[in-house]
Amino acid sequence: MSKKENAFSLKFDTEWTYAEAPESTAHISIKEKYELYIDGKFVRPKSGKYFDTLNPATEKPLAKIAEANQKDVDAAVKAARKAFPKWSTMPAKERGKYIYRIARLIQEKAREFAVIETMDGGKPIKEARDIDIPLAAAHFFYYAGWADKLQYAFPHAKIEPIGVAGQIIPWNFPLLMAAWKIAPALACGNTVVLKPAETTPLTALKLAELIQESGLPDGVVNIVTGEGKTGALIVEHPEIDKIAFTGSTEVGKIIQRAVAGTKKKTTLELGGKAANIIFEDAPIDQAVEGIINGIFFNQGHVCCAGSRLFVQESIQKEVERKLIDRLETLIVGDPLDKNTDVGAINSKQQLETIEGYLKIGESEGFRKYQAKSKLPQNGYFCQPTLFFDVAQSSRLAKEEIFGPVLAIQTFRTVDEVIEKANNTPYGLSAGVWTDKGSKAFNLSSQLKAGVIWANTFNKFDPTSPFGGYKESGFGREGGLHGLAAYLKIKA
Amino acid sequence: MANRIDVLKTFKLYINGKFPRTESGRYYQPKGAKGESLGNICLASRKDFRNAVVAARKAQEAWAMRSAFNRGQILYRIAEHLESRKAEFSELLAKEEGLSSAKSKSKIESLIDRLVYYAGWTDKYQQLFSSVNPVASSHFNFSMLEPVGVVSVLCDEKAGFEALVTSLSSIIASGNSTIVLASRNSPVTAITFADVLQHSDVPAGVVNILSGDQAELATHVAKHMDVNALLYIGDDQELLKNLQIESTGNLKRLVHWPEKNLTLDYLESPYRIQEFLETKTTWHPIEQIGGSAPAY
Repeated sequence: MSKKENAFSLKFDTEWTYAEAPESTAHISIKEKYELYIDGKFVRPKSGKYFDTLNPATEKPLAKIAEANQKDVDAAVKAARKAFPKWSTMPAKERGKYIYRIARLIQEKAREFAVIETMDGGKPIKEARDIDIPLAAAHFFYYAGWADKLQYAFPHAKIEPIGVAGQIIPWNFPLLMAAWKIAPALACGNTVVLKPAETTPLTALKLAELIQESGLPDGVVNIVTGEGKTGALIVEHPEIDKIAFTGSTEVGKIIQRAVAGTKKKTTLELGGKAANIIFEDAPIDQAVEGIINGIFFNQGHVCCAGSRLFVQESIQKEVERKLIDRLETLIVGDPLDKNTDVGAINSKQQLETIEGYLKIGESEGFRKYQAKSKLPQNGYFCQPTLFFDVAQSSRLAKEEIFGPVLAIQTFRTVDEVIEKANNTPYGLSAGVWTDKGSKAFNLSSQLKAGVIWANTFNKFDPTSPFGGYKESGFGREGGLHGLAAYLKIKA
Repeated sequence: MANRIDVLKTFKLYINGKFPRTESGRYYQPKGAKGESLGNICLASRKDFRNAVVAARKAQEAWAMRSAFNRGQILYRIAEHLESRKAEFSELLAKEEGLSSAKSKSKIESLIDRLVYYAGWTDKYQQLFSSVNPVASSHFNFSMLEPVGVVSVLCDEKAGFEALVTSLSSIIASGNSTIVLASRNSPVTAITFADVLQHSDVPAGVVNILSGDQAELATHVAKHMDVNALLYIGDDQELLKNLQIESTGNLKRLVHWPEKNLTLDYLESPYRIQEFLETKTTWHPIEQIGGSAPAY
């Protein structure tokens, strides 16, 4: 950088105000109370208990949600078991057509789904509208087409559906994760019992309504709500043949231990602490966009978030200044506002976790930058945060924060950054920014992660296999490779 | 010459391209099929296993970076060497596994062929299992296979030499390194096979062979935090459950080959290679002048 560095400063408080642009909530319908979806019907929980799901941006309850206990899970598994023989043996073409129907219905109701996703989870409406919901529909479309073509994916192998799949999903991409789980399971001829996260059950329950409307045979998809306890009942249920879990590495390990000694197959999509590496020869402005998106997309509630930034020393000052400028232009606030870039933290508990990490960063004395904009008074919000010169040994650089907090480190050489980037038990994703093709390929070959974004970040597609190395889990979701998770393959 | 005293060979471990004794100084005396002593065999310790993991880790990346063609050449070289020592191995195997000499010979021959089989796969499985993914955005997106890393192998007593040769061929074909604990009752053929490996340009540390007590070492093998995958060949359901539990510490990939599966179709299959691979997906933007190209 020349002497011009920091020669000007942008006036964010005056030049960057936007008029409010709230998305309408008039056309959506949320019931006061949601029951369990078992065997094609909405049924009261045998537990007799309900819990509230909140809007994290307002802290107000949106609906009451049934809490499934052992008897409820038993009923759901029984329904799935009963539906399995017919579903798994019907002409695969027909099975595919049911899945196509679901895809179409999601598209038709996309706006309603997007608004509810934003209200229940806190993500910006533009993300729910442009990413979560379209991708969920696309996922059903993609796997619908596989239903009658499965044998081509596994040459010379004997394949058959596994049976009843128990699926447990997180709160960061509620409908999208439901789609990632249900679509391939159904295409491969399995039936499912799905449990959405307790803080974000609404879109899964709306999906249940839609599935009922689609005419899918009863019991093929069952959706039970509840907290971790309900999830444990699914994991331990003897009549379940397959567990698919997305969530923390800690819980993933508990699940893996719980299924030991059983015939259950598992796929685990767990935590991450992705390295995002920017070299001096990178297209800096594009990279800064990608870095910001990499960590602040969905408030950083992303298992593959680029939460460790490695900046080559020669461009450190320039990158820092540009990151700070970009941070100041991010609009943090009402998730339903179409201009909002960073919405509400999903829950009070998660906000407390993130704030705990902010305190660690402060007490360890790392240079910190937070945008100066005011946060809304109500709701769970966290100012996007940069920590500079973070030590490799710091918990900020080692642990998954799952929030809008970026730990920035520097490096000099290629070998050094590869060593640092791989020095983690996680291995879900990584990013590299350089205009030199051979360097990009060198890095993408040597980084130990299941997804590598070169000169891009946080991109997803139903055709593209996603999943981790090492303690980020095993199995892939998406693409041809995602089919293997839902088939017995004899070869 | 009738009363000549045999010169009994001392069988040691195979770690990092060398033949050390076990650091523990312990040994055991396995019996051949007819009850005769096969000699003093090292009873490997946890420390020996740890040393082998260090060697395997150090060797793995460079092995994976060898060209697929080169890995194939080396596997083929192993086959060549085994072919030239066919008589010796037939005799050893007959003694250890109690086979007739005809059966033993045909087994060794089939294992030579198996090495050739996997030698041929090294530069082909990638094309079979990888994909270019037609994403909806303007990105070039592909998924390819990478070796999982360091793989440990535990073989039950029944599994024998065939399991050892097959597992290590399918594991190293893709660039993994391995530590195999030979089955307790047939260590001699296994350790002698290390001789063959040593003369076939297999880089030091890519294959490590230990002899010892599976019951003693299994938990430790499953728990080791620097092992990426564990293959268990056998039918002990209690042991399998224990391995499943103990391997969760670092979410080791646990692969199980049950005895009933050990048929030719199963043991000669690219899916045996795939079990020790990870799928890596890479994205890169495509610039489309005048089109709707992404900014990044």
